[in-house]
Amino acid sequence: MLGISGWGCWLAYVFCILSTILCVIYGVAMWNSGVEEGDEAEIIKWAKEEREIEEQF
Amino acid sequence: MVWNVVLVIIYFLIVAYLGYRGWRETQTAADYMIAGREVHPYVMAMSYGATFISTSAIIGFGGAASLFGMGIFWLTWMNIFFGIFIAFAIFGKRTRRLGHVLDAHTFPELLGRRYQSSFIQGFSGIVIFLFMPIYAAAVLIGISRFIEVYLHVPYAVGLLGFSLILALYVIWGGLKGVMYTDAFQGTIMLVMMIILLVYTYVLAGGVISAHQSLTDMAYLVPQKLAKLGHRGWTEMPRLGSPYWWILISTIICGVGIGVLAQPQLVVRFMTVKRDRELNRAVLIGGIFILAMTGIAFTVGNLTNVIFYKAFGKISVAIAGGNIDKVIPLYIGKIMPNWFGTLFLLAMLAASMSTLSSQYHAGGTSLGRDFFEKGIRGERIERGERTVFVTRLGIALSILLCIIFSLIFSPSIIAVATAIFFGLCGATFLPSFLLGLYWKGMTKAGAITSTLGGFIVSMIWMGFYHAKEAHALGIANYLFGRSTLAGFPWTVIDAQFIALPISFILAIVVSLFTGKLPDEHIEKCWKYL
Repeated sequence: MLGISGWGCWLAYVFCILSTILCVIYGVAMWNSGVEEGDEAEIIKWAKEEREIEEQF
Repeated sequence: MVWNVVLVIIYFLIVAYLGYRGWRETQTAADYMIAGREVHPYVMAMSYGATFISTSAIIGFGGAASLFGMGIFWLTWMNIFFGIFIAFAIFGKRTRRLGHVLDAHTFPELLGRRYQSSFIQGFSGIVIFLFMPIYAAAVLIGISRFIEVYLHVPYAVGLLGFSLILALYVIWGGLKGVMYTDAFQGTIMLVMMIILLVYTYVLAGGVISAHQSLTDMAYLVPQKLAKLGHRGWTEMPRLGSPYWWILISTIICGVGIGVLAQPQLVVRFMTVKRDRELNRAVLIGGIFILAMTGIAFTVGNLTNVIFYKAFGKISVAIAGGNIDKVIPLYIGKIMPNWFGTLFLLAMLAASMSTLSSQYHAGGTSLGRDFFEKGIRGERIERGERTVFVTRLGIALSILLCIIFSLIFSPSIIAVATAIFFGLCGATFLPSFLLGLYWKGMTKAGAITSTLGGFIVSMIWMGFYHAKEAHALGIANYLFGRSTLAGFPWTVIDAQFIALPISFILAIVVSLFTGKLPDEHIEKCWKYL
């Protein structure tokens, strides 16, 4: 088992790699999705206030 | 030596240039959004990663890995699965939409506006302001230990010297979260960690051979640790033993769950314009976290193999019992000189990006959330006094962080980080998550859950969990005993007890108290 004796540690090691693969697959599959929205006005308002806060520092 | 100094100077020149460019061309996340442009997913993910991962994760938890063994990989799994996949792909999208529609700019403000409660915003603000320095101290101790061991500078001198440089960085615009600076720092961290992993595996004879060598060292576990449940570095600790509870409840769950309610990370979701940016960041973020914590924990474990081969001692013995020194000693004694200097830069980068975001969160929590909303009650025109209190908050956060760093005991980095993450989880997570998904969550439910999670955490730390109860001494002063209960309660982390209570309070109280106005719920759910 990859030189790891305990199944608990082995599972953790394998799960880390599998979760990363999941992230990669999700990122590739969803690369172009998530664009259609109608909250433009709120986002711009939010961003302007955010910049104001940043400028206070 | 000359080359080392030259490399350090080049690094600071690049950071200064990127900071100046960011300041001149105004390239913070908000500027991108106003200009209608999108942040490149690589920059977005690196910026988040550089904020998330610090010297605490690499030096503190890397050192903890050398002691606890490979069971700590469950934390890497939680960081990737919950901290990236679930956080970005699921919670992040709703957080972004809710934050924009409620015009919230800090985590307490998001909670306060979701529940129409000045109290929640003010209380959350003061909790973050008071306790964030504990986590910031973990980060500062990490870089200071590295400076101490690698550059042979006394700990306190390194700590104060670095704090001075950081203060200049912060004053010069480091708090603005300039995307390019963060992405540059994230990239340095990524490259150095990959080199560290490859070099270590090669040194230990390859992947499987390295793991096997570690497995074969089980007989070297000191008797004292074996009695506490340590069964070797490639075995989980004995079920139900003190080591098992510490690893599972504090190190793995404390940080792995608490990450979902980290104030400085939650606000990052609002700094993107579209869900698409979050989707894309999942890909890069997953790889980045594996490369950071996965490598730190792998190398942390394998230091035992390398140190034993070179010096005939396991890591904790080489470090004189202070696990915070294991990674710095490994870099100093085993890795080539050129690598050590570049790694120092990576650690400077890691700590600077995280500390600046922590100080930012501390300052806004005191100024915007506690002072403006909590004390003055209602929404008012933001005046100079708020800006003054926010700046004061940053200064006090820095000061508290330095004081904690000087008085904390050795081997504290992982524990201090877990305390803050656990406290955030127990106090904020139910209100945050239920607020995103449940229309029936009420103001009273959110207040009771927030207060309940915080109070139970404090009681548990003060009177039951041995690590904090011993240090605080309150139980001893009041009752003549260092803790009010025996094993296993003394090793079960506060979040393990407080988070379920906080969730139950949120649900039960919400079921029996008045709902928030329909028009407010409609507004919150406009884009959810």
